[in-house]
Amino acid sequence: MPWPNSRAELPAFKVLDPGPMTTVQDLGRFGYQAFGVPVSGALDQFSVRVANWLVGNPAGAALLEATFMGPKLEVASECQVAVTGAVVELLLNSRPVETWKALNLRPGDQLWVRGAKAGMRAYLAVTGGVHVPLVMGSRSTYVGARLGGLDGRPLRKGDMISRGPASLRGKAPRLPEEYRPVWTHQLRLRTVLGPQQEHFSEGLKVFLESEFQVSPQADRMGYRLEGPQVLRKPEAPPSIISEPSIPGAVQIPPDGKPIVLLVEQTVGGYAKIATVVWADLPFLAQARAGDRVRFLRVSLHEAHQIYRENMARLEAIRRLLEAPP
Amino acid sequence: MALYRQALVRLVGDRGILLEYGDSIEPGVNLKVRAMAALLESRPIRGLLEVVPTYRSLLLIYDPMLTEPEALLEGLKALEESGVSEAQIPPPREVEIPVCYGGEFGPDMEFVANYHGLGVEDVIRIHSSPCYQIYMMGFTPGFPFLGVLPEILATPRLETPRLQVPAGSVAIAANQTGIYPISSPGGWRLIGRTPLRLFRPERRQPFLYKAGDLIRFRPISREEFNALAQQQS
Repeated sequence: MPWPNSRAELPAFKVLDPGPMTTVQDLGRFGYQAFGVPVSGALDQFSVRVANWLVGNPAGAALLEATFMGPKLEVASECQVAVTGAVVELLLNSRPVETWKALNLRPGDQLWVRGAKAGMRAYLAVTGGVHVPLVMGSRSTYVGARLGGLDGRPLRKGDMISRGPASLRGKAPRLPEEYRPVWTHQLRLRTVLGPQQEHFSEGLKVFLESEFQVSPQADRMGYRLEGPQVLRKPEAPPSIISEPSIPGAVQIPPDGKPIVLLVEQTVGGYAKIATVVWADLPFLAQARAGDRVRFLRVSLHEAHQIYRENMARLEAIRRLLEAPP
Repeated sequence: MALYRQALVRLVGDRGILLEYGDSIEPGVNLKVRAMAALLESRPIRGLLEVVPTYRSLLLIYDPMLTEPEALLEGLKALEESGVSEAQIPPPREVEIPVCYGGEFGPDMEFVANYHGLGVEDVIRIHSSPCYQIYMMGFTPGFPFLGVLPEILATPRLETPRLQVPAGSVAIAANQTGIYPISSPGGWRLIGRTPLRLFRPERRQPFLYKAGDLIRFRPISREEFNALAQQQS
């Protein structure tokens, strides 16, 4: 028997049940937005980073993003796995095990990520990262263009998933409760006004003072909200000349129902009243139909303060999970 | 009154600014956008992560840990004052796109011809005469927004978009024309199809063209379509 080649990928899982929409994601595909390629990538990037650090990977290693119902996997080689994100029941060989913690798995083990009790998307990271070809600098799946991931599609029953070459760690850290996000049904999303806030006057008041509800039309492209109409000024044009958008942009179409654009969108032709700060996007990514959303206005200065605090918090978590036991 | 005397700066959350250079879709405004994009690509500014040119505006995505809008704008101003002009935009490439017009490839061709009281041959001749400029790319990977379509062919969008437009479809909407590089939903009027594969993610250069390049459509027969399609696979 040949020695295993330590630089080659290893079999990790066999997919027994893929769940309704499970894809391979990383932190995104950058540098091609000018060609119409959306950034893609995981929606809740807080949970992605933590899941990867728990198993000793770099923050942006590829992992699985499960939507609402998770996958059922059979383990093919010894590895560590961590599940973060939505609050799920996680079963290892039919016995409940902890999430937000590295788990040592052996060949033949069965891991089942069950339906989310709170939140919407669970993340499953594995030692070495999920191994799929790097396409235009990323392993993210963009189903709309059949790009990246496993042939550009969600997982299917019977798929074999490989992992990158990396040695197992001797410790199995867990993220203490106080660092874990709490997914509520009442979201307060902080936003910087613009780029087209001047298209609204009364509408801006409605936007900042009302409660909206997440509609069932909520996916990786964007979250459509229900609630009072956010109307533009009568003299503002119904649409604008198409321009680029970034994740978090709150677009207001003529019907006055806000759409928070997410990772599978590159350009848009409606005025954007505000943009959600980066640190709050994971909370939106974990919101479900019916959850309530309020928008809070912050200045750019405050937004950057929030950004730095969030990075500092992530850095503290990284150190905690990398430190020797 | 199209090109602003000074770019309008708009905030895009905590990671972006949008520089708006004019209030209309015009070659002069778009030229300015591309000049600035080319300038920033050749002389990167610290903390600037990505530059996205569109019709009349330029999105700058930055790392808030490294920079902020004021510093970016100062850097930009310094670059502009260093004597950079539009002459430094790389010359546009002219890309020829073979198109088999009408028939099963152009299900809206009859509608477009009738809408304007033209014959199908007229539509083909008029659509394939100009050299179009790529004002921006977006919607799907490699989708070029081309202008300006001769006024005589300007046709409104479908009232109900198609759920599936075949890859390679050449289409028009109002005074724009474009090509669907991948199969996707779409509301533009389909008048033909190119056998070329316009998005090849496996290649180092996944696209045949970029914003600012020129596109010319060449009418081809069904036989040539088939022959070219075979070469592509």
